[in-house]
Amino acid sequence: MNFASQRVAKPYFIGALALFAGQIIFGLIAGMQYLDGSFLFPAFPFSVIRTVHTNLLIVWLLMAFMGAAYYIVPEEAQTELHSPRLALLTFWVFLIAGVLTILGYLFVPYSQLAAMTGNAILPTMGRGYLEQPLPTKIGIVLVALSLLFNVTMTLAKGRKTSLNIVLVAGLWGLALLFLPAFYFPVDTVKASYSWWWVVHGWVEGDWELILSALLGFILVRMTGVDREIIEKWMYIIIAMTLISGIIGIGHHYYYTGAPEYWIWLGSIFSAMEPVPFLMLVVFAVRMLISRRHEYPNHAALLWAIGTPVMAFLGAGFWGFMITLAPVQYYTHGTNFTAAHGHLAFFGAYAMVSLSIISYAMPHLRGRMANSLRAQRWEMTGFWIMVISMFVIALALTGAGIVTVFLQRMGEHPISFMGVQYQERVFFWIREVAGFTFFSGLVAYLTSFFVGGDPVAAHGATVPRGR
Amino acid sequence: MDTETLTRADTTATQPLPGDFAIWVFIFAELTVFGILFTAYAFARESHLALFNMEQRLLDRQTALANTLLLITSSYAMVRSVLAIRADQIARCIRWLLLAMGLGCGFVVLKIREFAHDATLGITLSHNLFDMFYLSLTFFHFMHVILGLTILASVTLRALGGHYNASSHTGVESAGAYWHMVDLLWVILFALVYVIH
Ligand code: HEM
Ligand code: HEM
Ligand SMILES: [Fe+2]
Repeated sequence: MNFASQRVAKPYFIGALALFAGQIIFGLIAGMQYLDGSFLFPAFPFSVIRTVHTNLLIVWLLMAFMGAAYYIVPEEAQTELHSPRLALLTFWVFLIAGVLTILGYLFVPYSQLAAMTGNAILPTMGRGYLEQPLPTKIGIVLVALSLLFNVTMTLAKGRKTSLNIVLVAGLWGLALLFLPAFYFPVDTVKASYSWWWVVHGWVEGDWELILSALLGFILVRMTGVDREIIEKWMYIIIAMTLISGIIGIGHHYYYTGAPEYWIWLGSIFSAMEPVPFLMLVVFAVRMLISRRHEYPNHAALLWAIGTPVMAFLGAGFWGFMITLAPVQYYTHGTNFTAAHGHLAFFGAYAMVSLSIISYAMPHLRGRMANSLRAQRWEMTGFWIMVISMFVIALALTGAGIVTVFLQRMGEHPISFMGVQYQERVFFWIREVAGFTFFSGLVAYLTSFFVGGDPVAAHGATVPRGR
Repeated sequence: MDTETLTRADTTATQPLPGDFAIWVFIFAELTVFGILFTAYAFARESHLALFNMEQRLLDRQTALANTLLLITSSYAMVRSVLAIRADQIARCIRWLLLAMGLGCGFVVLKIREFAHDATLGITLSHNLFDMFYLSLTFFHFMHVILGLTILASVTLRALGGHYNASSHTGVESAGAYWHMVDLLWVILFALVYVIH
């Protein structure tokens, strides 16, 4: 850490990890409700628990991205953050608004929440991931504007590296792509268009820019490879992301009332979407092989190589399996999709957040790397979480396949709930793996509290100014 | 794209490819995308042969031929600019680059006019399967011409800034490789969509 103002990243990272823990707890409750429909009912119905689970996911990821921006932008720009106080204030606003929203979901019936928060004035509530009441949505925009103002001013007065420009551009895109959340027409086809502009636009477009910038930054720092090489890889990854991902949005338009040509365009272009993820793997591996020095934080190295691999599996491989129109005709909206959603969100965006936290937190705490003992805890957490998530994805895939055969093919299709009953074994596996995931998370969090001597003194071999 | 300083570590070991390793990864990926598009076109044509043969006649083959010549000539200019920089003739390299870009812009102008004309003929994505393929293929390629021109422009700027010479000109070669790909794809597309029936 070279600039005092980078320290504002710390509350963001801590907040993100706390909300991550919350997300998992609600995931476990939702999984429990799959096994016992009356669990916590009627106090907390499944729909509410699910909303809390997914909203916590989005909020903690955004928080981690923001922390990453406040950490990286000054360091890349070689200057102090424009306004650390604004960044800190924004953190508290964001955290409090987020927590209030979650409490609202939990303790106020959704329709009443909508009535209380002016949904009648501008209806925006009700769509997956975008369930937030209007004031929260406006709050998200304000928080994003504050972040954008801060990092753009910092970038403007400092060194303009390609990496930093991509990161800041990615953050602008993130904010702009949130705006369709305010457009919720009654026409369901149009509503689904604008919903996917946000959801697909984020995870298969803009966030991939942020992902490659964050990975690029960590790799520049940890491998000491010339930044030109890393930036050039970043550019081709971004180009492929946009080439495949923009028109690839068509994979959400099949059989929805959208024009028929999307069946072709969506299938063809989204079939290429795994390519940038594969490039990320090649990129990370090449950089690690040609690294110029040993970086003492092995846990961060593990995250940095694990992220592209898991992102490729979850987004690239699992995504590909359900992306072609004739396949999706059968798999749409089954647990196959949930398997992909879990592995992709975790592998790409949760893991890149944990990567940057793993790299930056030691610096924020005044050392280059944690003690070996702490790293061992962290790496144990890594493996438990990764393997558990893999098992969760496999279980959900199994459930998805059963749905396809029993509910959607054959002479005598079984009803939805009948099929759910047949799939109980998979939901049990998912829940058990969910608990092991949670234990991995606990091991990971424990690593922050394990003492011992840091591996190298602060700043010893940091490749400064590269 | 910052392709100049790159690469010692990345390319010296095996030097059969001119330009940067990364641009070849990118070109390979691009060719795969187009390969899938062309394959899909072939399958769709196979099953709607009559429709494809009939609809194809509405296309403006003269303009397409002119565009083919423009891109091929532009590719030639690109070859000359690479040869020039290898011989350390910077001014000449820049002149050929400018010519290559000029011809590329000619393609863009003609293609825009063609798209505008198509619209008046009622050729739209939803009109029929052939039009869907024709429009998506040519528009997607059109965007690649724009991207190629952008790359050429940034290389030209760097050349003007004195970044290249006989021993260090990976950027020019990389841009050239990409530009040839754009040309090659058009030639295939021209044959496939406008000519063969
Ligand atoms: C990191 C990147 C990605 C993330 C986080 C992600 C996440 C998700 C999520 C959460 C859903 C479910 C949305 C819903 O609630 O309905 C979904 C759906 C889908 N994703 Fe992805 N995805 C990613 C990348 C990809 C890629 C690269 C592909 C294609 C190769 C893909 C193909 C699909 C398809 C086809 C669906 C719709 C499935 C259906 O209709 O049932 N995704 N994705
Ligand atoms: C560890 C234990 C976890 C459990 C038990 C769990 C459980 C669940 C359950 C039961 C649902 C509702 C599925 C439905 O609507 O039918 C769900 C949805 C979802 N969860 Fe999790 N989850 C866990 C972890 C995670 C993690 C780590 C992530 C991402 C990083 C995540 C992301 C999501 C997403 C994106 C959805 C919406 C998926 C869709 O609509 O297809 N979950 N989860
Ligand atoms: Fe998508």
